[in-house]
Amino acid sequence: MKVETVVSDSASIVPLVESLAHTRIRDCYQCGKCTAGCPMAARMDAPPTRLIRLLQLGHAETALRAQAIWQCVSCQTCATRCPKSVDCAGVMDALRQLSAERGVATPAQQRIVLFQKAFLRNIRRNGRLNELELIAEFKLSTFLRGRSFSFLLKDATLAPELMKRKKFHLVGEKAHDRAVVARIFARCMDNSLL
Amino acid sequence: MNLAYYPGCALHGSSNDYEQSLRVCLETLDVQLKEIDDWICCGATAAHSLNQKLSLALPARNLALAENKGFQEMLAPCPMCSMQLLKARKALAEDEALRRSVSEIVELEVRGETQVLNLIQLFEAIGLDRLKAAVKSPLGSMCAACYYGCLLTRPASVVEFDDSEQPRSMEKILEALGSKTVDWNYRTECCGAGMTMASEQTVLELSHKILSNAAAHGANCLVVACPMCHVNLDMKQVNIGRHFGVRHAMPIYYLSDVVGLALGFKPEALGINRHFVGKA
Repeated sequence: MKVETVVSDSASIVPLVESLAHTRIRDCYQCGKCTAGCPMAARMDAPPTRLIRLLQLGHAETALRAQAIWQCVSCQTCATRCPKSVDCAGVMDALRQLSAERGVATPAQQRIVLFQKAFLRNIRRNGRLNELELIAEFKLSTFLRGRSFSFLLKDATLAPELMKRKKFHLVGEKAHDRAVVARIFARCMDNSLL
Repeated sequence: MNLAYYPGCALHGSSNDYEQSLRVCLETLDVQLKEIDDWICCGATAAHSLNQKLSLALPARNLALAENKGFQEMLAPCPMCSMQLLKARKALAEDEALRRSVSEIVELEVRGETQVLNLIQLFEAIGLDRLKAAVKSPLGSMCAACYYGCLLTRPASVVEFDDSEQPRSMEKILEALGSKTVDWNYRTECCGAGMTMASEQTVLELSHKILSNAAAHGANCLVVACPMCHVNLDMKQVNIGRHFGVRHAMPIYYLSDVVGLALGFKPEALGINRHFVGKA
């Protein structure tokens, strides 16, 4: 894996990851139990044990650019099984947040980043998730980026099937007090740590 | 029994069949659900992936809304919601400064007084003896694979529910209803959860293993207590079969579906007719 040092100072990223995840990366003694139980490890460029090791050795930029952090399904198996109580799933969350904030997620994983961002915009606007709106926004943002018609139209046949089953709502629910939701979002997105 | 109800977005969206069946069951069992006034989304995977502060604040606001109405307990039938609510509750209980600053962010005092229950815990609170006594059509022909997925039992330190490696709580409920249950390997493996839209391939691979393992161990249906598991295993089942060149024909029931069937309700009354995979 190529190591680049353009993101920012590695030494400052590791403490940031630890404080976002409320866990101590140095506690890991590399037993590999997290990777052994990880359902996605076989597809990952840097499975959980190795991601943690990258952070221990100060290669934070490599960790932030790993495909693995966006392949993680947040199943919490790693964190639950860790004999040293390292919250590896929390580390994944912290790495995703920093990777997205710095715009360094790999192109191959952009679709997942776009989905999560569209999801947050949706609940910021509505207070509750509007599935149809989310799908439209996600499909549009991926199309604008990759111009893939096949992905744009994929699952389009699902709409009538969902409609037939009364599982499809043209107009989704909204919270009444959406102003408070917007204020909560504004306060959470000021980049300060809690 | 009177408790606060946090449906979450899925149960008011494409998983409204889950809400239908749990409402039918709970009404018969004298449980009154009071939907939390003006609840908001818990933020789910998007919040905990992109903004740690939001993933605390959004559930914290819902906790405050419930406790301000004096509720001791709240039902959150979606394990993603219930885990996020419990995680926020725990973090705020352990750190007074954090509790105060999150309370300011969400414009409500969050005390963390309301306990959060998943659907299995609610049926346990109702009591297996009471369930057993209410059975009208025992599930004799059912041989169920109980599927817990990720977040009902994990992270164990947050949800503090059942055994994270070998849970048995759902099997006990099913057996009380007269169903047989199978021992199988994928009870707590992940189905791909929130990747349904963004990375279907992940869901196809993980869910295929779950469906295949349940069938190989003799199950004639799979029982879940999670809207995301249901979407991946039921709605995506045809795609999974097409992708791997096999034919899965595994009905996927919500826990409240099987309780409802045992209590004598017709599948249509529970919304089972709205699932994608029908009974073989």
